[in-house]
Amino acid sequence: MSYDMSQFYQVFFAEAAEHLESMESLLLALDHDSPDVEQLNAVFRAAHSIKGSAGTFGFNDMAELTHVLEGLLDRVRKGELPLGDALIDACLEARDVLGGQLATHRDGAPSRPEAALAVSRRLAALAAGEAAQAVPLPATRAPVTVAAVADALFEFVLDAPGGSQQAVLEVLSAELADFGSVSIEQPASAADQPWQLKIAACRDADAAREVIGFVAHDVHLLAAASASSADADWGLFDDAPAPEAADDSYGFFEPQAPAAETDADGWGLFAENLPPPPANAADDSYGFFTDLPANPAPPAVEAPKRAAAANGETTIRVGVDKVDLIINQVGELVITHAMLQQIASALDPIEFERLHSGLAQLERNSRDLQASVMSVRMVPISTVFNRFPRVVRDLSAKLGKQVELKLSGEGTELDRGLVERIADPLTHLVRNSLDHGIETPDKRLACGKPATGRVNLKAYQHSGMVVIEVGDDGAGLDRERILAKARERGMTVSDNLADAEVWALIFEAGFSTADQVTDVSGRGVGMDVVRRNITALGGRIDIESMAGIGTRMTVRLPLTLAIVDGMSVAVGSENYIVPLGYVLESLQPEPGMIKRMGGVNSLLQVRGDYLPVVVLHELFGIGNAETDFSRGIMVLLEVDGRRAALFVDALLGQHQVVIKNLETNYRKVPGISAATIMGDGRVAFILDAMALVSKAAAGMPAAA
Amino acid sequence: MDKNAHKNDEPRSQEFLTFMLGGEEYAIDILKVQEIRGYDAVTPIAHAPEFIKGVINLRGAIVPIIDLRIKFGLGTAEYTPFTVVVVLNVGSRVVGIVVDAVSDVIAVQEAQMQPPPELSKAVDLRYITALAMLAERMLIVVDIEGLMLSADMALVDEAVA
Repeated sequence: MSYDMSQFYQVFFAEAAEHLESMESLLLALDHDSPDVEQLNAVFRAAHSIKGSAGTFGFNDMAELTHVLEGLLDRVRKGELPLGDALIDACLEARDVLGGQLATHRDGAPSRPEAALAVSRRLAALAAGEAAQAVPLPATRAPVTVAAVADALFEFVLDAPGGSQQAVLEVLSAELADFGSVSIEQPASAADQPWQLKIAACRDADAAREVIGFVAHDVHLLAAASASSADADWGLFDDAPAPEAADDSYGFFEPQAPAAETDADGWGLFAENLPPPPANAADDSYGFFTDLPANPAPPAVEAPKRAAAANGETTIRVGVDKVDLIINQVGELVITHAMLQQIASALDPIEFERLHSGLAQLERNSRDLQASVMSVRMVPISTVFNRFPRVVRDLSAKLGKQVELKLSGEGTELDRGLVERIADPLTHLVRNSLDHGIETPDKRLACGKPATGRVNLKAYQHSGMVVIEVGDDGAGLDRERILAKARERGMTVSDNLADAEVWALIFEAGFSTADQVTDVSGRGVGMDVVRRNITALGGRIDIESMAGIGTRMTVRLPLTLAIVDGMSVAVGSENYIVPLGYVLESLQPEPGMIKRMGGVNSLLQVRGDYLPVVVLHELFGIGNAETDFSRGIMVLLEVDGRRAALFVDALLGQHQVVIKNLETNYRKVPGISAATIMGDGRVAFILDAMALVSKAAAGMPAAA
Repeated sequence: MDKNAHKNDEPRSQEFLTFMLGGEEYAIDILKVQEIRGYDAVTPIAHAPEFIKGVINLRGAIVPIIDLRIKFGLGTAEYTPFTVVVVLNVGSRVVGIVVDAVSDVIAVQEAQMQPPPELSKAVDLRYITALAMLAERMLIVVDIEGLMLSADMALVDEAVA
């Protein structure tokens, strides 16, 4: 636990709040009779995302509840359960409770574990096919979690003001009489001191607590003192020793325990009450967080949370759109300056010396401002990568695997908006690598590999893209299993599919080859969400895999939101930007370096190599451009190992440019990847070097 | 979307921005208009249709400019300091259109609207919602959103459209 996760809490809070919000609106929009599968999937994914990140950050209460919710939604999604009012109500209630839990973690609001318990019971009941109970605490339901008879000591603060407290307490003790004999102790001095209430031989401390909750807040069960005084766990968790020891299902799944297959992943959250789980792969019992304390009592947990919130004030979370707005406005400022400069240049520099020096200062200031604003949006990818050591550590311990995580390229800067949105997909990929990729140590040794598996996370900029690789040296994808699974799902697939096409199948919704559903992966939400999120960012993901060697997932993100170093070139009266990352060199060709081939294509001979020439003004149909090769400039480009020469009139300079999506208001233009705004306020297009080079290469005979 | 605005159940008026195109007066829903600005600093786009003049930088947004005069073959497409661009918000997009001149913002009563005749040379009839008769003037009411997002305008990728 030495690793400090608190820096990511704010991100988690914001993300979870977003997921909860979308979950609510989706649930409300669901059509009861014929629910849209996409919408159900979306609700399910929202729950899954919360579960995943809540688990990662150790907010176990949220992870537990979403786990139950997710299980229920999964059954609805598969059509095993009808979607009814009761179910949607229960889901919404669960959502509200999750919202409360989130507030507890974020703001230190009073926690209400009893509500979570009630709603998870309700969900579990629904999942078991029972009708939802209006009263969420069925007193008749047999083994409720708390040891049946014990003295329960509660501490609470009454909601009622001082004068009416006595009356409230009388009502309360009458209500509680059912549970056992009640004695109430006056707070020592001030009225805001907590009251203490003791129920001798309390039948159901949990329910009693709920009753008190109606009139009071900060209700704490100080002790459910029965046999064991060491029981500090709120009495919520069944710690009845011997016979129940094997039951890690929280006591609610008992009726269906042996039969239901989903029970395998039921609620082993508090496995620390049990003997440590055997470290084998069959244990998917959520023992993930074994080293965390079991749901510590709120007073203990609230204080650090509040401290974290106070620390959080040194940073603010600002919407990317606001930053964009500032960037645009600063851009306008720079342009306005350029305009003034132009006007001033017509004035006599001696007579208007002060104006000129003022303008020079304005220029420096606005450039600095522009640079600062830009830097706000760029963050190193380490902000995402830093969460993975913890993820890998916890996960490998849970899975009984030995995994070494290697990070490289953490300094690669990318747009803040991208960083935030790539975190979830990357987490899925890393989890997948650990869960499905890396084998158990003995299996690895049997294959002649070192017992410790390796996961590589690598980021770099290449070809104007941010590339993030998640590689492992595990077993690789199992072609046969994927094909079998595809057939099982009713897809028509041929055995002759190319590997790449087979791997692509795992991106289908609901596709999972995991034998068992775990909290790690295997419900088949992972990969389709991953692809969806990455595509939404305008990127793409590729899989390379070799049986026994490993798997590498390569995520390529465009620089849509990022800033690129570009070289501006002139063609006729137009300016274009060539992303500098592709430029090898620029040269002015001697007449002898140009070879004609086939009458159409030109080749540029550079130090023994022949490169195809892309004549930009011909390609874009620009008039009044330089047509004589020896009077223009050849810009040599390299993309993915292929090279070409781009013929332009002249080089203008190097700039850092902000990439503006052309497709926001227009559409894709061949040969152009995006647009940018130049210092003079005009729009310039950024060339799609990849497309230009492949076009040039396509026009060439293979031998060239 | 727009059709709801033209239900006949109650008399109501709607505000339009009117502009001239080759001697005809067109009216578009004022709520679709973001701003009106001059025509300058347009960066041409390679291989775009002739009526797409290029893109401009509108406070940081890249906005395509369409010359309706060329598109509809009305008026003369010359660019002077007085050439006007009407910046529209259509769908989730921002586009600018070049017209001869912007004339008016005008409220038109429902009763003044007539269904369009079956003849129109320039604008596809699908996008003419009505003719509005106002004393001496006849306004051609255009569903500018439908028109701009139509495949005809080549503004939108086919996959998106």
